[in-house]
Parts: sequence; structure tokens; C-alpha cells
Amino acid sequence: MAKHYGRGIAAVNYPTGMNLGGDPTQALIFCQPTGGFSVKLASTDLGQGLKTVIAQIAAEALGVPFDSVIVDTGDTDSAPHCMGTFASRATHRVGNAVIMAANEARKALLDVAAEEMEAAPEDLVLENGEIYVKGAPERKTNVFNVALAAHFKYGKTISGRGIYLKQKSSLDPETGACDPDSTEAHATTVAEVEVDDETGEIKVLRLASAYEVGRQINPEMVKGQIVSGAVMGMSHALMETVFPYYPALDHHTYSFGEYIIPTALDIPEIESVVLEYPSSNGPYGVKGVGEMTANSPIPAIVNAIYDAVGVWVTDLPVTPEKVLRALEEKSLETH
Amino acid sequence: MGVKQLGIVGQSVKRRDGIGHVTGQTQYVDDVFYTGMLWLKMVRSPISRGIIHGIDTSKAEAFPGVVTVVTAKDVPNNWYTILCLIGVEPNDEPVLAHEEVMYFGEPICAIVAETEAIAAEAAGLVKLDIEELPPVLDMEFAISPDAPAIKKWGNNTFMYDGYNHRKLRFGDFEKAIQQADHVIEGDYSLSPIEHAPIETHCCVVKPEPDGRLTVHSNTQALYFTMDNTAIILQVPSQRLHMIGGTVGGGFGGKVDVITEPITCIAAMKTGRPVKWRWTREEEMRKSSTRAGVKMHYTDGVMKDGRIIARKVRSLEDSGAYHRHSPYGVQKHMANLPGPYTIPNVWVDAYCVYTNRQPSSAMRGFGVTEATFAVECQMERIARTIGMDSWEIRLINAYRNGQMRPVRKVVEDATLIETIQAAAELIGYELPAHLKAMSSDDYAGNGGHHG
Repeated sequence: MAKHYGRGIAAVNYPTGMNLGGDPTQALIFCQPTGGFSVKLASTDLGQGLKTVIAQIAAEALGVPFDSVIVDTGDTDSAPHCMGTFASRATHRVGNAVIMAANEARKALLDVAAEEMEAAPEDLVLENGEIYVKGAPERKTNVFNVALAAHFKYGKTISGRGIYLKQKSSLDPETGACDPDSTEAHATTVAEVEVDDETGEIKVLRLASAYEVGRQINPEMVKGQIVSGAVMGMSHALMETVFPYYPALDHHTYSFGEYIIPTALDIPEIESVVLEYPSSNGPYGVKGVGEMTANSPIPAIVNAIYDAVGVWVTDLPVTPEKVLRALEEKSLETH
Repeated sequence: MGVKQLGIVGQSVKRRDGIGHVTGQTQYVDDVFYTGMLWLKMVRSPISRGIIHGIDTSKAEAFPGVVTVVTAKDVPNNWYTILCLIGVEPNDEPVLAHEEVMYFGEPICAIVAETEAIAAEAAGLVKLDIEELPPVLDMEFAISPDAPAIKKWGNNTFMYDGYNHRKLRFGDFEKAIQQADHVIEGDYSLSPIEHAPIETHCCVVKPEPDGRLTVHSNTQALYFTMDNTAIILQVPSQRLHMIGGTVGGGFGGKVDVITEPITCIAAMKTGRPVKWRWTREEEMRKSSTRAGVKMHYTDGVMKDGRIIARKVRSLEDSGAYHRHSPYGVQKHMANLPGPYTIPNVWVDAYCVYTNRQPSSAMRGFGVTEATFAVECQMERIARTIGMDSWEIRLINAYRNGQMRPVRKVVEDATLIETIQAAAELIGYELPAHLKAMSSDDYAGNGGHHG
């Protein structure tokens, strides 16, 4: 009777956006009289931080301070269509729509600034809310002044419209030929486990992952996805089932009393490194990272269990009971 | 890696809603209250499969504090239509059951009352006359000729362009498997799991004086929910004003448009605001799950580790109704071969109906299951032929410019680079020839097609 150490790896891909496409998102941006920019979206923040990364993308594309960008989400009376937050699509689709809207608003802003500064719009530089003439930084103004002038002196709107759509593609029913993604993100996870051959208990000691997610808009929030996804994946591998005797309905779970998910004490050492290979079609090269972080830990853990005790338990969740039964079967085979 | 430095993009600014979330100040749907608001509770099927002969709501309606009972005849278009907007048909799920029940917990009628407690108590007074039939629960049985057809079209699978499964055919599997040095098989399965969001489903609807409905929803997709609700209510979408945008965890569990139509009907029928919030038990037992999936892999592998043929048969348990599973199975099909260059691939992916709570979208559905099977299978191949776990993946990894089985050329592969980075992260020294590999080296694994 002993505890056995094992290590397993898994390398995965993950598609960004709805399978076959056809999932548009729109954005509207308007400038307030004192230079604040409101981004109007009907998109949903599930807690992953969409509102924050969209404010970053809008500020970057407009050339204004992050704090001057307001992101208003979640009202169909005041914002145009968004397909929704799923399929690791939100940052990619919403981000692209916001950049398109921001480019239009920025052009309108610079047209007014050019009139006010008696310069050509293409000679103007807009950075962090400051506007100056290329090569003559002393000829300058700012978004606050231009926004006021646009509203009350010139009667000009500063606003923008944006949409992103990957057009719906067809699937060949005979061969399955199709276009299933906008881009692909990738990851490799290494799991280290300890398996007790007396109790069947599995302890995940470490999950170390390398993720490639295009460009990171907010590295700390990408890390948040990686850490939380690792825990969700570990839980999927080892703990969760609504029907413990699937396909039978017996012991159908109804509360967190029987449906076990990890708590702080279950969380292993989690490490990660992030590579950036920008995609060709994501905003600033983004790829979707939302869903995939829960995927690679699952097979990595199952492979680590095999490495530790030499049995394949490939029916999730890998409970202590299944491990013990597999070990028993193996010992019967070898004796 | 040549990423151009930008300004605010790339910086770890603090998330804007973080303080609100951790101090409990963020307003979620369940925080919305209106004066005169009514509460809704659902009467659900107590069995997994049966024929409805009678629904007697008289005692519940007479119960003090009950304002109305909503049944199937109150639903203008009694179909959950979630897939018709993305072109998947036929409709198969009633909003409220009236002829048959297909799973334990299926909604039958809604009690609308002055308090949540009264609604719950009155729900127990509805008398159901349902003739029980044996449920179909096992997917292999469901697709066998012995199984009763639980779907009206006469079998228990979704029909894709006339086929009872989605096909992927690339190269010549049958020929290639004969030429393989090793034939390696593996079975992989996953049980249904729950999204387990902190916030359960909740909807509050307020009828406005101008005849519109204000709908507070925790859907992951506001317009999708609005348009589907309008189709069920048979009203123009402009009559609905959806307010949401903040969700206490979705994970795919909040794209089924499951609370909004009924709550709207209750508000229209009573002329008063109505709230329907789900208990944890409803969230676990009645809301969609991730599908149970069973996959069988048969791979042809050469002595040098190259995979030359892969065949996969996959069954996905959609439960009683479509929800998003027919879509998920297509995504599953495309991902079952994995991110490897395999010249001969054969995939059959089935969307199977059984008498359990419907499965639907959940974080990565279709892909998560494929990835689990593929990566365990890769390890099984490595162990069987005596090759290193890193090497088996690196030599087979897809390279840019190669052709995937779905006939899309690989454009932005970095599988090799993440494998190398993971090895480095844990201090594992890869041999020089593996370290030198690159996703941009088209011929790096023989470039055997493309």
C-alpha cells in the first residue's frame, strides 16, 4: 500500500467563435460634450471581465485615456445587436466591432480638431486624449476642447458604428468539410498527481500550463481564466457528475451536498506561461481564451493517473471507486 | 515573438466590476424588486416519460393568494424555438408540456401567487394524471432497433441532411488501417455535469403602462433571448425591453431562453410584475447539463509514431430535446480528429435523444469532450508503441499550411510551441531535434499532405 506519483501531459487546440460562423456583434460609440466616450453594447459580462477589456480596446483604438471610456452593456433599447457571450467569441467579436466604431468616431473627432487647429486631419496625432500636429508638438489641443467645440460651435457629431461578422459557411454533409473557427488558440498542460492505491484517492499536486492566446488585452485577467479554468477542469476530471450511475438516474444530485466541486483546500499549485502569436483577424491579434482553460487539465490528469498506477480510467469523473476497481482488475490479470 | 507594444492594451488594469462583486454591491436580477410583484413556481413532471391524460389546476387556483395558473394553452406559440434562429429544425420542445412528458422535471404549468411560499405550496395541489411509460436512458439502446422512438420523426437521433449522424470523411481510412504497424483502440466517456453558477436562473418582468414589458434577465445573450421570447409570445420584439449584461456565472447554462417566456406570459396575464427564481435543486435537476458523451477511437499508427489513420464513433446524449446539442455535435465532429496531421480520417458523430433532462451548451461543449479523448488516446499510443509522451505529440502536431480533415488549411498553429514552452516551464529538457521543431516547418512531420 503506497502513494504513487505520476505526471501526464495534454496538448490542445481551441476554436474562437461559433462553429461555421454567422454570429455578428455590433457596437456604437458616442462622444459626450466634455470628451468622455460611451461604448454601447448589448453584450454580457459573465464575470470574465468583458467590460474592462472592451474599455481597454476602445481607449487604445480611440487614442483616449482608459478612464474616459464608459462601457454600457446589457440593454436592448439602447444598444445594437450582439449574438451573445459564448463560444470564446466575446473579446474577438465585440473587440473587432468596437475598433471599427472607434475608428469612425476618431476620424470625426480629428476632422473637428483639424478645423479648430487649421491643420489637415491626416497631420494630426491623437494620443491619450492629447492632439497635436505631427512635427509641431507645440500646436496642440485635447479631446475635451474638441468635443466642446464639436457640440457647441460646429454642430458636429463625434460617433461611430461598428460590426463584426464572420459570414456563415456551409458544411458538406457527405465529407464534413467546413470552416469551424476564426482562429485557433493552443495550450499544453502538465499535471502531477499522487494516487493512493489503498483508497483510490487522487491528489492533484500541480498543474503547469503554457497557453498561446494571440495577444493578451489584460494579462492578469488571462491568468485569472487560466487559474479558474484549471480548477474547473480538475473538478470535471475527478469530481463532477449529475448522474453518478449514468446512464441510470439513481442518486440524481440536487445540491452542493452531493454534487461535489472543489473548495480552496483542493486547489493544487497552478503555474502558467503565456505565449503571444497574434491572430490575423482578432482585435490587436486576440484569440479566445475563455473556454479552453478548462480543457487541457482533464486529459493531463487522466494521463498522470496512468503514469502513477498503470491503469486507464477513461470514464469521467475518475472517482476513487473507479481507480480501485481498475487496480483490482489489473492485479487479477497479473496474478 | 514580435508583438507590437501598445498603450493600454496589454496592461493589467484593475477590472471595473471587481469591487462591486466582492463587496456584494453588484446588482443581479434577483436584487430587482417591484411593488406588487408576484412570484412564480413551476409544476414539473414527476416521472421521466409518460402520456398526459389530465392536468387539474382547480385546487391550486382556489388556494388563497394564488393569482393565476399558466398552462400550455396560455402560451401563444408553445415551442422552445432556440435553434430556429440558427436554422436548426424541427421544433421539438414545448414551452409547457400538455401531451406527453419526456423527462423528470419537465415544466407543465406555472403557479403565480402573492408570495413565493404560497406559489410553492399551491404547486403541490395540482393533480397530474400521467400514464407512465418506460424511459429510454441508454444511448446504445436508444439507437438500436429495439428502442421505442421517443421522437415524433420516428427514431432517437437528430437527422443531419437525411443522415442520423454527422460524417467526416478524409482520405481513405479503410485502406490506411490495413497498412498500419499498430492498430490502437480506446474508449472514452463523460458523465453529464452541471454548470454550477453561483447565481441560479432568475427573471423579473414588469408590464409597463405603454404596453411594453421590461425583462430583467441573466441570459448570456440578450437579443437572442428577446427574439426567441417574442416568437413564443407572438409579439413584435419591440414590445420587449431586455435589461441584463451582468451574470453571476453562465458557463453556457444561460443561453437556453428558459425563464423569460413563461415569466413574460405570467406578467401579461396578471398585469403585474412577476419574479421567477430557481432553487439550487432546479438549477441542478431541471436546467440543462453538459451532455454525456461516449467515444470510441481506432487509430492506425506506424512504428515511427506517425498516426496514419483515425476512426471515431461518438454518441452525445442530448437528453429529451435538442436545446443546443445538434449544433454542439457538429462542433464536436470537427474537433474529434484533434490538432494533429492525420491523412485518413473517418468520424461518425451522433446526437442521441433519451428521457433525461436536456443537455445543452456548456463551456467548450463538443470540444472539451473531443480534447479529453484525443489526448488520452495520444498517451495510449505513446505507451503502446514505447514512444516518449512529448515526442508522439510533437511529430504528429499540425503545421501551418497543412490540411485539416475538415479541409481547412492550418493557419495559426502553435501547438508545438506550447508543448515546448510547457516542457521548459517544468524544467524538462527536450532532446535537440524536438526543441528545433516549429509550427512553421511545413515538412516537419513529413508534410505528408496539405
